[in-house]
Amino acid sequence: MKDVIQELERRRDEARLGGGQARIDAQHKRGKLTARERIELLMDDGSFEEFDTFVEHRCAEFGMEKQKVPGDGVVTGWGTINGRVVYVFAKDFTVFGGSLSQAHAQKIMKIQDMALKNRAPIMGLFDAGGARIQEGVDALGGYGEVFLRNVLSSGVIPQISVIMGPCAGGDVYSPAMTDFIFMVKDTSYMFVTGPDVVKTVTNETVTAEELGGARVHTTKSSIADRAYENDVEALLQMRRLMDFLPSNNMDGVPELPTHDRADRVDHSLDTLIPDNPNKPYDIKELIGKVVDEADFFEIQDTFAKNIVTGFARMEGRTVGIVANQPMVLAGVLDSDASRKAARFVRFCDCFDIPIVTFVDVPGFLPGTAQEYGGLIKHGAKLLFAYAEATVPKVTVITRKAYGGAYDVMSSKHIRGDVNYAWPTAEIAVMGAKGAAEILYRSDLADPEKIKLRIDEYQKRFANPFVAAERGYIDEVILPSGTRQRICRALNMLRNKTLENPWKKHDNIPL
Amino acid sequence: MFKKILIANRGEIACRVMKTARKMGIKTVAVYSDADRDAMHVEMADEAIHIGPPPAAQSYLVIEKIVAACKESGAEAVHPGYGFLSEREAFPVALQKAGIVFIGPNPKAIAAMGDKIESKKAAALAKVSTVPGYLGEISDAAHAVKIADEIGYPVMIKASAGGGGKGMRIAWSRDEVADGFSSSRNEAKASFGDDRMFIEKFIVNPRHIEIQLIGDKHGNIVYLGERECSIQRRNQKVIEEAPSPLLDEKTRKAMGEQAVALAKAVGYDSAGTVEFVAGQDRSFFFLEMNTRLQVEHPVTEMITGVDLVEQMIRVAAGEKLPWKQSDIKLKGWAVESRIYAEDPYRSFLPSIGRLVKYRPPVEGSADGFTVRNDTGVFEGGEISMFYDPMIAKLVTHGPTREAAIDLQSEALDAFYIDGIQHNIPFLAALMQHPRWRSGKLSTGFIAEEFPDGFASRSPAGEELMVLSAVAATIDHLNNARRREITQQMHGKPVRFAARRIVELGQVRQNVHVEGGIAGPVKVTMLDESGAGSDVLELASKWYPGDPVWSGLVRDIDVSVQVRPILNGYNLAYRGISTPARVYTEREAALAALMPVKAAADMSKYLLCPMPGLVKAVNVAEGAEVKAGDALAIVEAMKMENILRAERDGKVKKVNAKAGDSLAVDAVILEFA
Repeated sequence: MKDVIQELERRRDEARLGGGQARIDAQHKRGKLTARERIELLMDDGSFEEFDTFVEHRCAEFGMEKQKVPGDGVVTGWGTINGRVVYVFAKDFTVFGGSLSQAHAQKIMKIQDMALKNRAPIMGLFDAGGARIQEGVDALGGYGEVFLRNVLSSGVIPQISVIMGPCAGGDVYSPAMTDFIFMVKDTSYMFVTGPDVVKTVTNETVTAEELGGARVHTTKSSIADRAYENDVEALLQMRRLMDFLPSNNMDGVPELPTHDRADRVDHSLDTLIPDNPNKPYDIKELIGKVVDEADFFEIQDTFAKNIVTGFARMEGRTVGIVANQPMVLAGVLDSDASRKAARFVRFCDCFDIPIVTFVDVPGFLPGTAQEYGGLIKHGAKLLFAYAEATVPKVTVITRKAYGGAYDVMSSKHIRGDVNYAWPTAEIAVMGAKGAAEILYRSDLADPEKIKLRIDEYQKRFANPFVAAERGYIDEVILPSGTRQRICRALNMLRNKTLENPWKKHDNIPL
Repeated sequence: MFKKILIANRGEIACRVMKTARKMGIKTVAVYSDADRDAMHVEMADEAIHIGPPPAAQSYLVIEKIVAACKESGAEAVHPGYGFLSEREAFPVALQKAGIVFIGPNPKAIAAMGDKIESKKAAALAKVSTVPGYLGEISDAAHAVKIADEIGYPVMIKASAGGGGKGMRIAWSRDEVADGFSSSRNEAKASFGDDRMFIEKFIVNPRHIEIQLIGDKHGNIVYLGERECSIQRRNQKVIEEAPSPLLDEKTRKAMGEQAVALAKAVGYDSAGTVEFVAGQDRSFFFLEMNTRLQVEHPVTEMITGVDLVEQMIRVAAGEKLPWKQSDIKLKGWAVESRIYAEDPYRSFLPSIGRLVKYRPPVEGSADGFTVRNDTGVFEGGEISMFYDPMIAKLVTHGPTREAAIDLQSEALDAFYIDGIQHNIPFLAALMQHPRWRSGKLSTGFIAEEFPDGFASRSPAGEELMVLSAVAATIDHLNNARRREITQQMHGKPVRFAARRIVELGQVRQNVHVEGGIAGPVKVTMLDESGAGSDVLELASKWYPGDPVWSGLVRDIDVSVQVRPILNGYNLAYRGISTPARVYTEREAALAALMPVKAAADMSKYLLCPMPGLVKAVNVAEGAEVKAGDALAIVEAMKMENILRAERDGKVKKVNAKAGDSLAVDAVILEFA
């Protein structure tokens, strides 16, 4: 018995060493941690249980039969994050560059199947060279089956990808179908085809960083939701993120005890809106002062900054925040902002996370660039997402809610549950100047007259009361009491029951 | 007594005057410009009258508007506060004409003492010791140079109507006199509408000590001890205290009596201050007299128990002073810090904007200790570019100088401001400075002790222990709470290692933590070998989201400011500002493997150091510049800031032009 136990220990030690000390040192030298070190940081102390430690590939081509490493380039298993079950797979760059073989793919599939069956989140840590060429079509088949499982799990359990090294070719599509992608600055990149192929095909000269670095994907392509300075920062933030996320689409949001009182009044919010309607203010101040402990996990913080999305808590329970940001492009809705918010709203709706929306929107962004870029359908995505969402929806209009953008931003008309407006709210078809200039075209030549008309319109419509008189606003509230109101509303909506008509699935304008 | 008074001022001093008026049962009237519509002094007053657009020259400085406001509100008297109209002879004259009482000295006394040239003449007549200088009017820069040559260098150039360091320069050479004279005069004209200047000998290594006095309309004048205001930055007072650590009883009496003699000579009949420059040998020379309530008057109030505003109102109403000189006794020690909206890490450039968070320390008195905060702002208020950048005056009083300083230090640690930059880190660091604590002061203190400006320091010794222990306690509480999250797997609860590594910037401290959420937490400092040394017991009611960790560390009150950052907190304590991350041993080992990334190189850019208006860009694209060349002028807070080249180079691109409003860190130009 002692011998076999020793043999197990020996094999485990061998497996834990992955591609060997030299490769581990090389990995460290690149500023990266190994797969097992990453999992250690991600999971609660000692909670990780590894599966398929001894799996090896079965390839006999190109001399591969002589190179076998237990684990085959991916570490899989499960553990807990603050006591909650999470499945994980982490590509091991020290073993065959983390490349995907059939056996490697099967390890991932096993974990994906378990996560789906047991309704717990799954996290993938990517750092790999793509398909294992030696395995040819077996590797492709493996990819396909991983992709299928990503799709089947979508909307059932949260799937999160962290890109911590190269991620190219077939490897990119699995993260692309998960809920969130995070990247590590300077050490990770993601693209379908690399710089060499790009050079051959299009004659462009581009570095890996320029083609698919964290900067590109968090500011230009919006593929990634956030980027972090290094592995440690990224993984500790993943622990923080998991505390916000439900385990699946049935259990509802987790609750974290808080001392932040639900009836906390913040008088400084009564001066948040500047006297000058064209002066911006920072909507993140409002978010910080309304949510529990000012704790806000922002999603896509560097892309389409005219809209802010992210997770926070009210009375210890997770909410999704969507807010127009007057500091950037006056908070206008453009294609990027609409897509960003639409995807976030749909994530929240999938997982029963109530949505709190703060509205200060001057409308949709005009121009050929936007129209040619498909603003109509991109804007429709956000409208669609809000309208189909059946989770509790609480909306606060702080200032402008103009035109079609008013409708889109979780208005009463598309099943907003509780819609508040601050006294500073202006709910109107457009700004006073624009409206007066259209309505009184004949007065345009006379600046005195048109000014009078603008003032007239301003007085009549630039307030929340026209909308409140019609019941489009449930209540006009004091800014200082916003937290209290939202907490109460969310409590009241706790048992909200609403179902959309049966359908196979809807047809959102993709 | 008056039934209603108007306060012709704004900010903290308007609020300060109203507090006393309210205590005396007098109704108050505020005046306000467009920029102050929602200001605290407007909120506090019984009624408020709008007097015009934001620039002071069109509102707070317009005598007719104040007189009209008095008539409209029926105010019988006006308190001018400090600055603005407080020392304009024309103001009490106009009030008198309208039958309104001025709560301040008679116009003749203002004329005699308010003007710096006239006051020197009066002082010489009253046999008050004075500094050598030129008392006539100076026609131009050439004239100024001639005078300076006669007096001998260094000399000080000052605006006759000036105060608060505006329109003031020290010149060490003829060139500097010529340059300084013109720019001082321009500043004086812009700030006070009066460009008369004077020049005097500059005393090396001097201390600034001033005598507070108050007179009534019946010829009685008493002095209320002295204040020392030697801690100044570019002639702007930063920290004041009373009494002065320099003076002995004899000197105090001599100074006080000379001040009273001077005041008597001009028939002074309100609160006023006679400023002296003192040598380290306790020699002193008359500097000027301020015929108003001073910014730093609270320190005198603390050690004398006199409410100066109340007495000003009473004497203005014709009452006699309630005491003789022999009744005035000094008790304990008081220290005041001026909290300014300025960035200590960027050579104290002004900062404006919204006070996103403003949490002053708790005010009150107990067991001979007092914390007092005179302020005119509130959380959510705005620090505007139009007025003085002072946010508050934090005053502490204790039985001894050391006690007052310790209390000030702790109060500063607890003073939490976000949204704008402010000088609290600098003030907090100053409170720990051994030379300040020893009382060996001079007006050059800040320039000498902080020659390269201010920066945070690495924690060491006791400070390192306190910060490590607080960081570990916060982390411990966070971990304990995270363990309470719902939807956990059944079975064994999550374990957390008691051994932690606290990373404070570049410094690491190993600790062992134990204790529950509610009870005290015990943090043991560990050495390299893992052996325990100092044990700190901490008790606090802090909870995540609270901006300040306040509690007991080894039974001593400690406040540490806590600002969340990714995976940690930024802690601020005694002028130290440091990121704090608490790791398990394993996390720390892995974190140590992470590459150190160099900050982006911004040396090729000229960045706008503060939000402001571009007055001029002095160079064009392609221009070769030498280190020290003026590149651009940015105006903020009424001050023109000349941005100079740090080294030789060639201008590649100019991104801003005169008239542009720039945000902080906006790129003004790029170098090749």
